[in-house]
Amino acid sequence: MLKRVHFPSSPLPYLLVAPQILITIVFFIWPASQAVYQSFLIEDAFGLSTEFVWFENFAYLAQDEHYYGSFVRTMFFSAAVALLSMSFAVLLAGFADRVIRGATLYRTLLIWPYAVAPVLAGALWVFMFNPTLGIFPYILKFGGYDWNHYLNGNQAMLLVILAAAWKQVAYNFLFYLAAMQSIPKSLIEAAAIDGAGPVRRFWTMVFPLISPTTFFLLVINVVYAFFDTFGIIHAVTQGGPASSTTTLVYKVFNDGFVGLDLGGSAAQSVILMFLVIIMTVVQFRYVEKKVEY
Amino acid sequence: MIENRPYLAILSHIILVLGVAIVALPIWITFVAATHDEVRMLQAPIPMLPGGHFWENFKQTLFGSGLSGTQSTPVWRMLLNSMAMALMISGGKIAISLISAFAIVYFKFPFRMGFFWMIFITLMLPVEVRILPTFEVVASLGMLNSYLGLSVPLIASATATFMFRQVFLTIPDEMLESARIDGAGPMRFFWDILIPLSRTNIAALFVILFIYGWNQYLWPLLITTDTDMTTIVMSIKQMLEAAEQSPQWNIIMMTALLAMIPPVFVVVAMQKLFVQGLTETDK
Repeated sequence: MLKRVHFPSSPLPYLLVAPQILITIVFFIWPASQAVYQSFLIEDAFGLSTEFVWFENFAYLAQDEHYYGSFVRTMFFSAAVALLSMSFAVLLAGFADRVIRGATLYRTLLIWPYAVAPVLAGALWVFMFNPTLGIFPYILKFGGYDWNHYLNGNQAMLLVILAAAWKQVAYNFLFYLAAMQSIPKSLIEAAAIDGAGPVRRFWTMVFPLISPTTFFLLVINVVYAFFDTFGIIHAVTQGGPASSTTTLVYKVFNDGFVGLDLGGSAAQSVILMFLVIIMTVVQFRYVEKKVEY
Repeated sequence: MIENRPYLAILSHIILVLGVAIVALPIWITFVAATHDEVRMLQAPIPMLPGGHFWENFKQTLFGSGLSGTQSTPVWRMLLNSMAMALMISGGKIAISLISAFAIVYFKFPFRMGFFWMIFITLMLPVEVRILPTFEVVASLGMLNSYLGLSVPLIASATATFMFRQVFLTIPDEMLESARIDGAGPMRFFWDILIPLSRTNIAALFVILFIYGWNQYLWPLLITTDTDMTTIVMSIKQMLEAAEQSPQWNIIMMTALLAMIPPVFVVVAMQKLFVQGLTETDK
């Protein structure tokens, strides 16, 4: 933590940490404590008076069907995004690890979607799937399938998952490729000499050896799907149709800024903070111990 | 190479080319849409090959009023806003993280660990979970519709502080000992030894943070009501809403293209630093 050789105590270190601490208090700790405080309040419809109600907002959420639905939906959404983008990435990384010529070129061509803003990713996919103009609804029509994500909740969910997974493939690919390239070649060669083919080697050697990366990416992808996909949902479906794509974060925004239910929105924020803390702890435990199987 | 399997090598290339094609398809469609005129973009199916209206759309989007019939800020102004926000966020994060990591690693002072944990907390509170109260704070400070309001609340960074802490811990103690023998004070040591030694780490972090800053969406959406402060990433959503009445997909897609060029350029041009930054910040 601290250097064995260090400077003596003086006012200087306080000045050095001051900007960071000041911003942390004003824009992080104070708002977060406000959110906790507001989650115990109920405001009347006109915003004239507030009442301190202890855990009533939470009790309401616990039995609210919409909140429960949004919770289950967020879980499904995160699992689908993580599974889809990670399996696509591991497939591509597996083949990229094999090619001798052009591996860096493929990497360049695959990593740039990381730089595309979520809301832009949403805009691109909503354009491709536009029911009247989009290229995919046009193709699907030949198969006798009607695409309209403005009306069909399942299609809306599928579209949001596709857009979110597309953006995350780059990140997963990069980490999987690095993990595969760090496996000692002699291990793989030994298996090849023993007569194991490429497919068998992948499932019995490479895949188990990269499982720490898989676990790490799983946490990262779930955090991504929870918190960084707001822009995608806002651009593609705005949580609709009939809140079929309203995730937990989207609901905090919607209830707070559109519905102006401050207490309810704050209570949801507090629950989300707990979820973030749990995920951060899981992530850090992994970093310290490096999961072994 | 482990063994020679020509068919597998060919298969690898085919799969990778297909993968690249799938990943690039949305961008290709965007690019094609930005090269056609408005009328062509209203007929299904939309074209798959580029047309000849690229420069026309480019000029109309960048310097004209963008979508016709709306009074929006010209796109060059939005690009400027985005650039200012991205640079302020990335520069600010790097600056304050460098000095706080320096204080935590090289000084012994009361409440050192207390400060360290306070910074750690910011990692757990993404803006999405505390939007309403943070908005109230910024409003009461009179920072709505300003570059400061866009950037300062996002500047605190636990990850950057951790990363610099890690970098400083690997610098040998002899550096400080010899610097002190030569009579260098703390700030002199910071400027002349620590900063030059962590130059590549700073550059790698800058690439990641620039993308992070440029792609901010929810925060600018909340705190800017003045159209002069609109960032380019935000404007896409407004255009999509306008598209429900009178779609001008050529202009919308040209704007989307302009909005993604700076961060994509940074990733591709500084790929090595980008990869280093990604793997370092997530450790």
